[in-house]
Amino acid sequence: MNYIPHTDSEKEQMLDAIGVKSVGELFEHILPELRPKSFDLPAGRSEFEVIEYLKSLGRKNSSHLTDFIGGGFYDHYIPSAVDALAGRSEFYTAYTPYQPECSQGWLQAIYEYQTVICELTGLDVSNASLYDGGTALYEAAMMAVRLTGRKKIIVDSGVNLIYRTMLYTYTSNLCVEFVETPVVHGQSCREDIYKHLDDKTAAVIVQNPNFFGAVDDFSDIVRQSHKSGALVIASVYPVSLGMLKTPAEMGVDIATGEGQSMGIPLSFGGPYLGFIAVKKEHMRQLPGRIAGATVDKDGKRGFVLTLQAREQHIRRERATSNICSNEALCALRALIYSSLLGKEGFRQLASMNYQKAEFAKKVLSKIKGVEVKRSSPTFNEFTVCLPINADEAVCRMIDKGFACGFPLGRFYKGLDNYLLVAVTEKRSREEIMRFANSLESVLCA
Amino acid sequence: MRLIFEKSSPGRRGVSLPELDVPFSAVLDEKYCRKEPACLPEVSELDAVRHFSNLSRMNFSVDTNFYPLGSCTMKYNPKFTEAAAAMDEFSSLHPLLPQLLGGGMLVQGALEVLYNTEHLLCEITGMDAFTTQPLAGAHGELTGVMLVSAYHKDKGRKRKYVIVPDSSHGTNPASASIAGYDVVVVPTGKDGFMDMERYKQALSEDVAAVMLTCPDTLGFFNPGIKEITDLAHKAGALMYYDGANLNAVLGKCRPADMGFDIMHINLHKTFATPHGGGGPGSGPVGVRGELADFLPISRVVRRDDGTFALDYSRRKTIGYIAPFYGNFGVILKAYAYMLALGKDGLIQVSENAVLSANYCLARLKEHYLPAYAKERCMHECVLSASAQLEKGVHALDIAKYLIDKGFHPPTIYFPLIVKEAMMVEPTETESKETLDTFIEAMIEASKLAGADPDALHSAPVSMPVKRLDETAAARQPDLRWQAKSK
Repeated sequence: MNYIPHTDSEKEQMLDAIGVKSVGELFEHILPELRPKSFDLPAGRSEFEVIEYLKSLGRKNSSHLTDFIGGGFYDHYIPSAVDALAGRSEFYTAYTPYQPECSQGWLQAIYEYQTVICELTGLDVSNASLYDGGTALYEAAMMAVRLTGRKKIIVDSGVNLIYRTMLYTYTSNLCVEFVETPVVHGQSCREDIYKHLDDKTAAVIVQNPNFFGAVDDFSDIVRQSHKSGALVIASVYPVSLGMLKTPAEMGVDIATGEGQSMGIPLSFGGPYLGFIAVKKEHMRQLPGRIAGATVDKDGKRGFVLTLQAREQHIRRERATSNICSNEALCALRALIYSSLLGKEGFRQLASMNYQKAEFAKKVLSKIKGVEVKRSSPTFNEFTVCLPINADEAVCRMIDKGFACGFPLGRFYKGLDNYLLVAVTEKRSREEIMRFANSLESVLCA
Repeated sequence: MRLIFEKSSPGRRGVSLPELDVPFSAVLDEKYCRKEPACLPEVSELDAVRHFSNLSRMNFSVDTNFYPLGSCTMKYNPKFTEAAAAMDEFSSLHPLLPQLLGGGMLVQGALEVLYNTEHLLCEITGMDAFTTQPLAGAHGELTGVMLVSAYHKDKGRKRKYVIVPDSSHGTNPASASIAGYDVVVVPTGKDGFMDMERYKQALSEDVAAVMLTCPDTLGFFNPGIKEITDLAHKAGALMYYDGANLNAVLGKCRPADMGFDIMHINLHKTFATPHGGGGPGSGPVGVRGELADFLPISRVVRRDDGTFALDYSRRKTIGYIAPFYGNFGVILKAYAYMLALGKDGLIQVSENAVLSANYCLARLKEHYLPAYAKERCMHECVLSASAQLEKGVHALDIAKYLIDKGFHPPTIYFPLIVKEAMMVEPTETESKETLDTFIEAMIEASKLAGADPDALHSAPVSMPVKRLDETAAARQPDLRWQAKSK
């Protein structure tokens, strides 16, 4: 199957109009020495055969496991209307709305999405989306470098290791200096952060809840950082913002995060959704596309892409970022998801996640040898210390049908017996009880 | 149309959550809690369904309109690939599973998709290794430039410049610049190709890489491409291939055979995954020879027993450029597309894309000035409205007129070096009838430029809004809805 509509006679007519005898002539300037040395590909197959083959590959995945694994990426329920609406091909087969008059649907949706991100974070301005939470954090760090003219960045080690590693990769040639500060009793170590804060510091990067699941209030860190002229960047989990203090309430300058939890399937790591929101004064340093409201020549409200002088297609090597394609369709999913849940539903969702995790903590702490870390409050994810290596426990739990958490020893030295457990609204009481019983039995084994 | 926020009615709900089935057992300390709930819309499910269904109808899309947006390859996106990506066995898979002890065995099907996709892309391009991690084309470019940097560093060389032609995509210089390089721009010569004298002058031992699109953004294939890559290699620089225009040359030539060392592919262009209103894309990066050592981790490998695994132990790797293994859902769609088309299907893609573009050029060249007066083009043709401008009609006016005729306009004002540029990329999936009606509309617009320019200036008149004031939007940015009480 090749989806090409031209019949032989139409091809003849087209070749006549062009004035050539064959399609081959159109490729004549690709000289023989440039022709492929090989092009050894399989023969085409029917749609049915390809789908059957992919189903057979799908069966090789253990997609039946009950997820208690999070680590920044969560198994939340996705209402059917999200798929139905984002699955409308008038949305998904369009491109970036360069021509606003025939793209008002998309532009309005982006404007509404930007509003959702501003409402959740409390900040003033959001862009139209970035690739994922990690690249969003990198863009935020580079914004801080540009805004302050400084090159030192303090990173709390409670920030997801995946994101920290991405930050270091991207900046390896840019003379940006990173200082990592430790997590003590589950929370950001103020003492260490303040010790490193100076007039060369562009930003302090923190995460809420942090990778260990701990909830924090960074207001004190913000006050101290601003005294040194440094900005504060917080990577946040949007579902938690149904409940937790907002970045704006803490005084944070730039909030970023992974939007996967808002109606986007886990899909083995992507496509996901990076979001970024800033205070109004930093608007012109934002990367990527931004939609804005304006009027048409009759004075009617309409929407356009705006502040484009920041972007690569205009400013080229002097652009704020090289981003072109973003994750618009995922942003649309997040918008639809937030609209369906609404003001009260979003609050209730967050509360439900919190209560289920608290219940799981209680149940797990009753297992002999299991210690639930309680040094700081958590949202829907928490740390437990097991009597055995967490890698081993995870392996045994897979046989019981559970992805029981993330072994922290994989990311942090000396935490080999520690397991990070996530409990979303999807986990029923019965599943939590079964999870605890299974854990108890594998620990005894 | 009113915003979803403006349709809000306090207390209305669009989805219900299950009853809390565990005891309400804890209260989080107030100091960690937000004071007010986020002011999200309060609408019923039908309100939301109607709102977004109606918004969707206020867009042109490939499924509803011809979309000859040059440089973007807006071809038809086959429906079965959507079904493939929606399979629960893939869509519900947690990305951290393979990072558990022995966890690779939990995701063998997904790893096989990645492995096979990488190998198909290698054969299509001649490259030796691919990574599917980059999340979009520009992200692939950035990854590629970081590979350039790691390569030179490994060789103990310090090089500061990246060369791009003035016809390049804006992402090329932007990617080079944010990776830490200074950009040297080489002008286009009178023949429509990069000026060779100026190129030779720009090359030096300080040049790390040359970034090119081939065919270039003017729609031309440079027969002297091998000389360009040879000269770069002589100077110790690497050649980067911007794969945005790969749809023109499948099975006709391969970047690696032409002397390119690193490239990205836009799966959302050549391999038919939908553009999603601006994304998600996917920009796999391929390399030759020893450059494979520098690719981002993890790498998907096939063990002797035929199983697949993720390898993180690559000493020279540039590190992590994405959280996981790329935009997996997009990669899966592209893989399904490649399997369906196969070798002959992919060759047909390029032959018909080039045929259609040349047909448009042949029929339009008497009405619009072709860029650089060439007889033939590859998969897209660049025309200029400079003759129409003499009558006071801009490329923008023609674009807006086309909207009224039901066509998404071509890319306009790019490449920047062509005055009043209109870049038409019809793709292989549009029928001759569609091309003919589009061509007629273009010819009509050209005639109207002489007869009734105001008809063009006032277009579009059939859309939900007329021409929008973009200057006002940028001068007084209104970037979000505000509740009235605030």
